[in-house]
Amino acid sequence: MATYRLVTRKQVKPTAPTEYKVLSPFYLAWRRFRRNKLAIIGGVIVFLFLFTGIFAPIISPYPYYQTSYYTFIPPFTMPGHLLGTDDAGRDFLSRLIWGANTSLIVGFSAMTFTLVIGLVLGFLAAWYQGVVDFTVNRLLEITGSMPGLLFQILIMTMIGNGTLNVTFAIAILSWPGMVRLVRAQVLSYKDREFVEASRSLGAGTGFIAWRHILPNIINPILVSIAFGIPGFMVAEAGLSFLGYGINDPTPSWGKMLGNAGQYVQSFVYLGAYPTALLMIVFIGFSFFGDGVRDALDPSSDRIV
Amino acid sequence: MTRYLLQRLLGFVFVILVVSFITFFLMWKTPGGPFDETNMPLEPAAKANIIAKYGLNQPFYVQWAKYMIAAVHGDFGYSFKYPGQKVTTLFFQYWPNSLLLGGLAVLWSFPLGAVLGIVAALHRNRFLDQIITVFALITVTLPSFALAFFALAIFAVDLRWFPYGGWNPSGDPKTLVLPVIIFGLGTVGSLARYMRHGMLDVLGQDYIRTARAKGVSRTKVIVKHAMRNMLVPIVTIFGPVLTNAITGSAFVEEWFVIPGIGHFYLDSITNRDYPVIMASVLIIAVILTLTYLLTDIAYTILDPRIRLT
Repeated sequence: MATYRLVTRKQVKPTAPTEYKVLSPFYLAWRRFRRNKLAIIGGVIVFLFLFTGIFAPIISPYPYYQTSYYTFIPPFTMPGHLLGTDDAGRDFLSRLIWGANTSLIVGFSAMTFTLVIGLVLGFLAAWYQGVVDFTVNRLLEITGSMPGLLFQILIMTMIGNGTLNVTFAIAILSWPGMVRLVRAQVLSYKDREFVEASRSLGAGTGFIAWRHILPNIINPILVSIAFGIPGFMVAEAGLSFLGYGINDPTPSWGKMLGNAGQYVQSFVYLGAYPTALLMIVFIGFSFFGDGVRDALDPSSDRIV
Repeated sequence: MTRYLLQRLLGFVFVILVVSFITFFLMWKTPGGPFDETNMPLEPAAKANIIAKYGLNQPFYVQWAKYMIAAVHGDFGYSFKYPGQKVTTLFFQYWPNSLLLGGLAVLWSFPLGAVLGIVAALHRNRFLDQIITVFALITVTLPSFALAFFALAIFAVDLRWFPYGGWNPSGDPKTLVLPVIIFGLGTVGSLARYMRHGMLDVLGQDYIRTARAKGVSRTKVIVKHAMRNMLVPIVTIFGPVLTNAITGSAFVEEWFVIPGIGHFYLDSITNRDYPVIMASVLIIAVILTLTYLLTDIAYTILDPRIRLT
């Protein structure tokens, strides 16, 4: 309700035209995200994990492969080795730090692969329909019926262990979900008026895809990325745990747990630390992903 | 309907053929063979004989075709690792353990997850809902191999409440407790999340409000109107849960040394036991595909609005 006041001519100051600050969708999402305590906790964990993983070469006190005669030193008992050493006398803390690095590399590279395949195949199938859609759908059906773990192990036995190989084995079976998502999303937008309008103005397919379709479908894709990366990290840890993943001496939390299986009754810390880290990081990612999903969903905003 | 079923059946045959072909190709490309004995090397001539006997010297597509023709007739061949043992016989030795593990896990986790999800939805945004949501999120996230480690370290090594691994369903039921709990935990979480979402969807519908406005009691609305529509999400998630239970969890079986098919499969990979690997992949692929098909058919029965075309 506006109130009116008598003012003399002198009091009137020329006012600048009211500026409306345009809030970008991502700013609004960030505002929603900020209010979610669990999401913030998850975000902090994810940040710490990324930091550790990226700067592993700098912050790890020893090279992860350096062995010594001090084997099975329990944590907090020996100066110089904060978390003790493992069965080969390697600094345990350094190996845990480098484990984050491995996990990170596998998770993000597998996601990149999935994203590229998902966007390209999903878009092509939805846009061109017909034979392309039919072919993509058959591919999806075939990949979807392959028992995941069995196939990953089979592929790993064929190509051998290693960071790159385990990424490949995970990624090669992981794209169907992304393709389905992109395809369904593109289908729901391709016949909208704004796409038609853009086309009538002479826009090409690539331009429409990039400028009109992608901004509209980006939210579910982001959510899928937020849940996909930890999913791939779990897959890597699982394969490494079974012995079909990362090669020695590269550390991987899953592999460290797998190797610690024989020491559960004697040196329980060898399994406890990597497993605890793994659990904390995965829970962090899942809180974070949940927060991202809620934040990107405008209907969850009850204040605006 | 008939047309649709025929189409799906055709698709099913196609998918199985391709999956088996890819599996065969992968096995064929994998370095090492089933008869690479290191401790008891065979005479080259004898080895060649054995390889010829199993047809391993033929081109791989010929081997594949022969295998598939036999498999259609129910003959999955003989294991290389356990000569004279039929693959099917071996399977029926290991499978019951996985089925028992999976079955018991589903038996406790499915109802619990469903109830938790519904309770959470009915207490939306209140304390109980938040607790259940966080619990569900955590159980969904944590991989079974990590949980199994802590369960063993705490309850088997430290507290000695349960034996350290082993599997003896008839003699020592205590051996079942930890694996069954760990195997089912993920299902609880995913089901609770799924049910909560589905229930909130249904409760937001107009007909629920209408029923309430007419004066139908809250309990009756939930039981009679909302629950009935929850059957569709239940069926959707029951497919994957069931296949998971049937096909076993290699991780849980590894940790608790359970002679199930997950364990069996890992062994056969190490031993390059081609017929067993092939049969495992085929059987699981068939179960997966059939579950999808049955789920789709179940939809039409539960929700008349869904039509198969």
